[in-house]
Amino acid sequence: MNATSAAHSVVVSSPLVKALAGTVVILYALITIVPLLWIGATAFKTQSDAIAYPPKVLFEPTLEGYVDLFTVRSRQTPEFIASLPPPTTWYDKLVRAQNMVIAGPSKAVPRFVNSLVIGFGSTFLAVFLGTLAAYGFSRFKVPLADDLLFFILSTRMFPPIAVAIPIFLMYRELGLTDTHIGMILLYTAVNVSLAVWLLKGFMDEIPREYEEAALVDGYTRLQAFRKVVLPQAATGIAATAIFCLIFSWNEYAFALLLTSGDAQTMPPFIPFIIGEGGQDWPAVAAATTLFLIPIVFFTVVLRKQLLRGITFGAVRK
Amino acid sequence: MTTSPHPETLVDRVAARTPLRVARRIRGLSDRSIAWLFIAPSIVLLLAINIFPLLWAIRLSFTNYKSNLPNAPLRFVGFANYVDILTDEDVWQGMQVTAHFVIWSIALQVIIGFGLALLINRQFRTHSFWTTVILLPMMLSPAVVGNFWTLLFQPQIGLFNYVVSFFTGIPPSSFEMIGDVRLAPWTIVLVDTWMWTPYVMLICLAGLRSIPDYIYEAAEVDRASPWRQFWSITLPMVLPFLMLAVLFRAIEAFKMFDMVNLLTSGGPGSTTELASITLKREAFEKWRTGYSSAFAIILFVTVFGAANIYVKALNRVKQR
Repeated sequence: MNATSAAHSVVVSSPLVKALAGTVVILYALITIVPLLWIGATAFKTQSDAIAYPPKVLFEPTLEGYVDLFTVRSRQTPEFIASLPPPTTWYDKLVRAQNMVIAGPSKAVPRFVNSLVIGFGSTFLAVFLGTLAAYGFSRFKVPLADDLLFFILSTRMFPPIAVAIPIFLMYRELGLTDTHIGMILLYTAVNVSLAVWLLKGFMDEIPREYEEAALVDGYTRLQAFRKVVLPQAATGIAATAIFCLIFSWNEYAFALLLTSGDAQTMPPFIPFIIGEGGQDWPAVAAATTLFLIPIVFFTVVLRKQLLRGITFGAVRK
Repeated sequence: MTTSPHPETLVDRVAARTPLRVARRIRGLSDRSIAWLFIAPSIVLLLAINIFPLLWAIRLSFTNYKSNLPNAPLRFVGFANYVDILTDEDVWQGMQVTAHFVIWSIALQVIIGFGLALLINRQFRTHSFWTTVILLPMMLSPAVVGNFWTLLFQPQIGLFNYVVSFFTGIPPSSFEMIGDVRLAPWTIVLVDTWMWTPYVMLICLAGLRSIPDYIYEAAEVDRASPWRQFWSITLPMVLPFLMLAVLFRAIEAFKMFDMVNLLTSGGPGSTTELASITLKREAFEKWRTGYSSAFAIILFVTVFGAANIYVKALNRVKQR
C-alpha cells in the first residue's frame, strides 16, 4: 500500500483500484475481528477445549461457560453425585457431568444489574444536566462562555487514577464508597462534559428562527425550549445518551478503586471469574460476550453519529 | 427508579409540581437568569466532583498523608514530594515507558488508520459494512477486552502465538508476549493499536470526505501527478483532522490504565509500568497519598500544558 496508488487521481476510482482497496480493507477487518470472534467461540467451549493446544477452531459447543458464569459449584465424589436424586434441569445435568453440584447463584447477575443501574442513572443525570447547559451555551450570551466550555472539557484530561485519589478520600468521609449513588455521581460528572459538548453542537444546528417564531406566538422561553427545541434535538439527545451509557458501561478504573462489592460493575468483576486453578476462560468469555453484545448493537445503531461522539462534537458530519 | 429517559417528561413533571408562585417567578425570568439557571448545575457538579478533589489533592501533595493511616499526625513537607518524584530515576524510567507507549501506538494508529481511510474512501462496494466491522474494537471496554487478550497471548495455548508460529515457523512456546521484558512494551502497543486504529481512521475519513471534488478535478486539468495531488491536496486538507485525532489519542494514551493494568499490570518488572499504573501502585497499594497526589498533579500539569500548546499549533494549521 503506497501513497501514490491510494491518492485520488480522478474523483471516481477505477474498478481495479476499488477491488484492490476493498481487498485490503476486508482483510484488515477480518483480522481485527478475530479476537472478538474468539471470545464468542470460547464462551461455548469446555474448559479443556478453551485451553487446548493447538487452539481449537472446531469444537463441540457446550453451555458450560454460561452455566459456570451464573452459578457457584462445588466438586463432589462420583458416589455422592450418584446418591443424589436425578437432576431436574439441563444445567444441573451439565454441572453433574463434571462431578460437581450447583451450590448457588454467582454474583454475575447482581454485577450486571449494578452496571445497568449505574449506567442508566448516570446517563440520565448527565443528559439532563447536559441538555440544560448546552441550551444555555447555545442560545444565550454567557460571559466567559469559551472559558467555561474549555473548563468543562478540561475535566476530561485528568487521568482517572489522579481523580480517584481525592475522590476515594472524599467518598470515605461521606460514606459514598461502594455505593450506587457515589458511582452515579462520579460517572455523571465525567459524562456531563461529553454531554454538554455534544449537545451544544446539536443545538447550534437547530435554527433559532423556530424558537423566535414560538416566542412571537406568546410562548415563554421555557415553553419554547420544551416544545420547540427539545423535540428538534431528540435525535442528538438520544445519541448523546448512548455515548454516555457506553462510557459508564465500559468504565473500569473508578469502578476498580471505588467499589468492592455492593456497587461493583461488570468490568472489574469479569477478570475475577475464576475456576479451579486460574481464570475460568469459558465463563470469562461468556461474561465478556454478554457484556459486549449491547455495545456492538449500539455501535451499529449509532454509526452516523459515531464521529461526533468520539471527538466531543469537534468533527461533525 | 423513578427516572425516565426522556428529559422532557421530567421537565413537565417538575413544572407541574412547582408551586404557582415560584412558577410565575420562573416564567418571568430574564434570558440571563435562565442561562445561568441552566448552566449552573453542570458547573456545580464539576466543581464538586472534579475541582474540589483537585484542590484537595494539591493540598495533600504537600503533606506526608497516608490514606490507610487517616489518624496519623499530618505533617506538611513543602515541596519534598515533588522533589522526590522529579529526582527519582525510577520515575523518569517510567516516563520513558509511557513515552514509548504513547509515541509508538499513535504512530502506528496514524499510519494504519490514515491508510485504511484512504482505501475506504475509494467507496468500493460493501465499504460501509466493513467500516462498521473495523470500528467495533474501539467501542468495547478496554479492560474487559484487555483481560481477554491475556488468553490470546498465552505462549502454549494462545491463539496469537499459534498464528505467529503458523506463519513464521517459530515454535509457539518460544516467545512470551506478556512475560518477556523485550516484547511486553510492544504487546501493549499492539493491543492499543488494534483498539484505536479505527478511531484515527474514522476521523481521517471525515477529513477526506470534506475535500471537495472540484479541487481534484482542477488538479487533473493541471496534469498534477497522483503523487503530487496527495502531497499538495489530500495531506494538507486532512492534516487538521489528523492532528485532532492525534490530540485525542495522545491524551487518552497518556492516561492509559485499564487495558494495560489487566494485560500486564506493569510487568514484567516495570517494563510496561505506565504513569497511571505507577500512580495506582503508590496511591492504592503503598497508600502514599501525599506522594501520589504530587505525582498526579505533575501528570495533570504535563497533559494540560502539552494539550494547550498543541491546540495552539492545531489552530494555526486550521487557519492556513
